Amino acid sequence: MTLRRRNFLKSSLLLSGGAMTFSLPVRANTQAVPELPASMRQTGKPFSNYGQPSEYEKTVIRWISANSDVPGNGVSWSPLHELAGTITPNGLHFERHHNGVPEIDPKQHEFVINGLVENPLTFSVTNLLRYPMHSRICFIECGGNSNTSWRTEPVQSAAGYTHGLVSNAEWTGIPVKLLLKEAGVKTEAKWAIAEGADGASLNISIPLEKLLDDAFIALYQNGERLRPENGYPMRLILPGWEGITQVKWLRQLLLVEAPAQSRDETAQYTELMPNGKAQQFSFIMQPKSIITSPSVGMVLPDNPGIYQISGLAWSGFGKVASVEVSCDGGASWQEASLQTPVLDKAFTRFSIGWQWNGEAAILQSRVTDEAGNIQPTRERLLKEKGKHNFFHYNAIISWEVDPSGEIFHVYA
Amino acid sequence: MNSPVLADELYQPLGMVDHELNTSAEWNLTIFPSGKNLPEGQGTVSQGAKLFANQCATCHGQNGRGGSAMALTGDVSSLTSEYPEKTVNSFWPYATTLFDYIRRTMPPQAPFSLTPDEAYALSAFILAQDGLMPEDGQLSHQNIHQVQMPNQQGFYTQP
Repeated sequence: MTLRRRNFLKSSLLLSGGAMTFSLPVRANTQAVPELPASMRQTGKPFSNYGQPSEYEKTVIRWISANSDVPGNGVSWSPLHELAGTITPNGLHFERHHNGVPEIDPKQHEFVINGLVENPLTFSVTNLLRYPMHSRICFIECGGNSNTSWRTEPVQSAAGYTHGLVSNAEWTGIPVKLLLKEAGVKTEAKWAIAEGADGASLNISIPLEKLLDDAFIALYQNGERLRPENGYPMRLILPGWEGITQVKWLRQLLLVEAPAQSRDETAQYTELMPNGKAQQFSFIMQPKSIITSPSVGMVLPDNPGIYQISGLAWSGFGKVASVEVSCDGGASWQEASLQTPVLDKAFTRFSIGWQWNGEAAILQSRVTDEAGNIQPTRERLLKEKGKHNFFHYNAIISWEVDPSGEIFHVYA
Repeated sequence: MNSPVLADELYQPLGMVDHELNTSAEWNLTIFPSGKNLPEGQGTVSQGAKLFANQCATCHGQNGRGGSAMALTGDVSSLTSEYPEKTVNSFWPYATTLFDYIRRTMPPQAPFSLTPDEAYALSAFILAQDGLMPEDGQLSHQNIHQVQMPNQQGFYTQP
């Protein structure tokens, strides 16, 4: 037995709830001072200028993985397996830095548009804050997310610490096209080199078409100014595109005719295929989903028992159209519920109830986006992209539940 | 007009026009495969060898491999093998990228501390490890963009 129909679950839960209501006798309260929790019998802590998570949530953290010789070059993984809903809290948004987090005084920061424009322009942060702004919820995923899954053996780290180089936030900022219009883009311009003001002065080539479409320069993240590790005072947001292009600590857009062929668009973030050729400029992140709970490392307490399967799905091509869940390693699939609203190029939370019969099971999720793209099996992904691609891994993720309730990452 | 207007239709352009932005080095850091924006300078393989031993070998290993950082040299022609290695010399399509990346990121504790001459010398040393330039060779702003990298034709863009 695998997934049961949702209707069945609903009716069985109602029955068990109903059975409890008529068995409790009415009883007078004889206690003069009721025993109450300590929190109800004393003054609480004072107000705080900037709130922090509960002391009891100290284990909900980003997991840092960096180069020991160059500690500023590495990543920190978002704990997707600990989070609910779709918005990633600012302190838990994943990080990828190439040479640390710069400390930038916004009063000193300049943003420049130059190159093939009629009027090369400099903007101060103060001036940019006067422009019309848009807010948009969208995911950002590192092109290297899930890259340990290219290995021959599945790693057993928690779900977020393998697949959590992706996060989702509401970003607020200025459409790039407004600023480009002000500068006056020359007809020869086809690309822009976006450059960061960090210790890697990261530079990457962006097609002008995207900048004139939905690109914006974000100054706010989930309502507050950007966190330093997310590009304070400003970063580029390119909805649906790989993280490396969404340059943090943005200092410049240099309009040019052809790409720079920078290190991060040649040596890295390119996809080496089985024929030895590498696909370059793989900007759009493919559809992907992951069951965040239950997931690897967790233990199911009741065998048999009823559990809520919950996860995240997203696609750089648009909205999530549907998510299917399998509890038998892909032999059968059932459509999960999607939390609304389902947003374009943003996390979508899916959920479905699962009656576990106590036998070994393999949990999987599979997303289809509105463009009709379906998340591939691992077998299909490897057949198309080989074993050494390293970037853009988006295959179906499998969790094996064994009869003891322990959960493992498997390839299925 | 005193009433609110749909966002994007009414705003004050606040960019400060400055035509010197198109000639200043500070705002033209990116080096292009055409050689555009290369700073003047030159360096030899042997000068690069000394610099590499002093400043780079700790992380990158002697001769650019075997350290904690990514291998820079060797494994040319390995891309179709069972164990492809993406080194500078086996994988990077343009030598200008090497110069650009060294200058803006290396050494990590002091980016932009190397002079153009030093960055040319280090580029020359790395390329010479796989015979991409002669042992007595010299790179400069006049010839680095003419270096033919083995994998220059190894990239394609999704149609």
